[in-house]
Amino acid sequence: MPHTLALPKVLAPINGPIEADSRSEPTMSLSLDPTFRISLLETMMLIRAHEERLASLATPTSPGTCTAVGQEAAAAGVVRALQTRDRILTNHRSAGHLIARGADPGRVMAEVMGRSDGYCKGKSGSLHVSARELGVVLTSTIVGGELSLAPGVALAQKMGQQESGGITTVFFGDGAACEGIFHESVNLSVTWQLPVLYVCENNQWQAYVRRDETMPIEHVADWVRGHGIASRTVDGNDVEAVHAAAVEAVAAIRSNGKPYFLELTTYRQRGHFEPDDQAYVDKAELASWKAHDPIALLTERLTQAGVIAQGELAHLRQRVNATVDAALAFAQNSPWPDPRELTTDVYA
Amino acid sequence: MQTITVSDAVGQALAEEMRRDPRVLMFGEGVATKRHDLVAEFGTQRVRNTPLAEGIIAGTAAGAAAMGLRPVVDLLFAPFLTLSMDAIINSAGKLRYLSGGQFEFPMVVLTMTGAGWGVGAQHNHNLEAMFVHAPGLKVVMPSSAADFKGLMKAAIRDDNPVLFFMDLALAHVPGPVPEGEHLVSIGRAAVLREGRDVTLVSYAKTVGHCLQAAQALQEQGVSAEVIDLRTLKPIDEATVLASVRKTGRLIVVHEASRLCGVGAEVAAIVSEKAFGALTAPVMRLTGPDAPSASSWVLEQAGVPQADAIRDAALRLVNTETVAA
Repeated sequence: MPHTLALPKVLAPINGPIEADSRSEPTMSLSLDPTFRISLLETMMLIRAHEERLASLATPTSPGTCTAVGQEAAAAGVVRALQTRDRILTNHRSAGHLIARGADPGRVMAEVMGRSDGYCKGKSGSLHVSARELGVVLTSTIVGGELSLAPGVALAQKMGQQESGGITTVFFGDGAACEGIFHESVNLSVTWQLPVLYVCENNQWQAYVRRDETMPIEHVADWVRGHGIASRTVDGNDVEAVHAAAVEAVAAIRSNGKPYFLELTTYRQRGHFEPDDQAYVDKAELASWKAHDPIALLTERLTQAGVIAQGELAHLRQRVNATVDAALAFAQNSPWPDPRELTTDVYA
Repeated sequence: MQTITVSDAVGQALAEEMRRDPRVLMFGEGVATKRHDLVAEFGTQRVRNTPLAEGIIAGTAAGAAAMGLRPVVDLLFAPFLTLSMDAIINSAGKLRYLSGGQFEFPMVVLTMTGAGWGVGAQHNHNLEAMFVHAPGLKVVMPSSAADFKGLMKAAIRDDNPVLFFMDLALAHVPGPVPEGEHLVSIGRAAVLREGRDVTLVSYAKTVGHCLQAAQALQEQGVSAEVIDLRTLKPIDEATVLASVRKTGRLIVVHEASRLCGVGAEVAAIVSEKAFGALTAPVMRLTGPDAPSASSWVLEQAGVPQADAIRDAALRLVNTETVAA
């Protein structure tokens, strides 16, 4: 069905990053506060350092992980636009969303390593980390599973469960958008007018499959437009553009109670599952996206604008590395779960 | 004691629980169209029609349950459950465990199954054993109006996902149901008839066939005990074992196919824990490993009937070395 529609021009070829989306001019005023801009940078740096440390630990015989290196702008930009009353559903690349929400990197790392101090007592591992205390619920590693759950979480919010006025934000990728449940989810949320922010991190990769092998169009937004949902596509590597778009989307949802679709065009810089040699990745394509890296982009922008000095940047790096060192030490010192935990938490 | 149909008993349970707890809501394909009384009393927020999309119905229930609502979803016909199994098995069934116990999934999935309507295999398939095999779920499949009401109320109050199977042929069968609050505990079988010579274990429609067979056996001097499992998960081992230790013989009867069915589990439990009490091999009478046909004659031929149960019991009683 979508193939037959008259589609807008292709905006983001897979072999090169987009500079900006012509359909989107997000308001930038909200993110101009220097302290806030630096904090966005620090959040992205912490996510990157955390994930690279985890990736460095992965061997064929130790716990692997799915990273979202290169996609930090989505996590930092969107999550910082949310309030504590809001709920988050995420997927197997969840560390960024969790850390942006304020998760303790040590507990996230402990969870990935299967230790008892992890957010899920080591029962999740890398793939389904949730943290109820942070409003990060129901992380699903079935691609599209989180989309299936999102309308229910939002329905409960709409019907007065937990803090009033909250919205549900669901993070998923272009791979999940190819699942039928994506359309079922959006259709139900529009029909029932549920407060869901759909955030598609279109990272060009679906496990080991290039997006352009499975999607005849560049933008998932072109698919959802037919569902009658408000939508916007932005450069997912520009954290300030992402944040501004998310702030607008959240405001729209809170004011009209209807769902909103936000597509962030980005790139998965590391492999599907660590360790991964990325032998299947086009080197030139990867290099061109790394040249549009979200952390480098903001660093350069803030440096050139005089918002951050080299010394402060070095200090940030130092602090982030110290945090990750401490997180790893905490995780490695955390005890293994008692084998008796094998059959606890199955039933309420 | 009122006499109402199974369908009305379920309706009564739903209305009572929605009245008792504002977190209970119901949605599904045509739910609001068919249950006028619930819509009239509780409004369109709590009784909702959905698209014909079983995956999102079940997923929405799981998400709502994790947030504290207590949804009941009607997925109509059991074969449609295959479209919702990701949400039921991978989300509702597993995310409590995977989250280290952070979330509960108090939801009920109501669905119809069983021969008697001639609708063919894509609308009739006894899938209950598939859900018994999945961790984190509970599975109930009652046979009487009273149990339908009592178990539905218990299922709605349970903090876990409960699969609630209604045999289509039972839907309009009337039975006595206590007035007022009536709860039946999940996980407790019922001994419907006491006997000394052989134990007949069943659930849903074939319970009635076992009772008929027991009556026929009595006329031939054989005393059969009839157990209605009512709940398939958790299964009431104690009631089955106590009976087999008394009678020494066991026949398990169900309409679902034999391979890895509930009967296989009951047989295994008895073999492990009451082998010494057995005086004859355990027998299973089940439906075939074939899809349900639409033709009434073929459909009925797939369901163990009272005569076959009687004959099997007579063979067990008359020779203790018989091969099934």
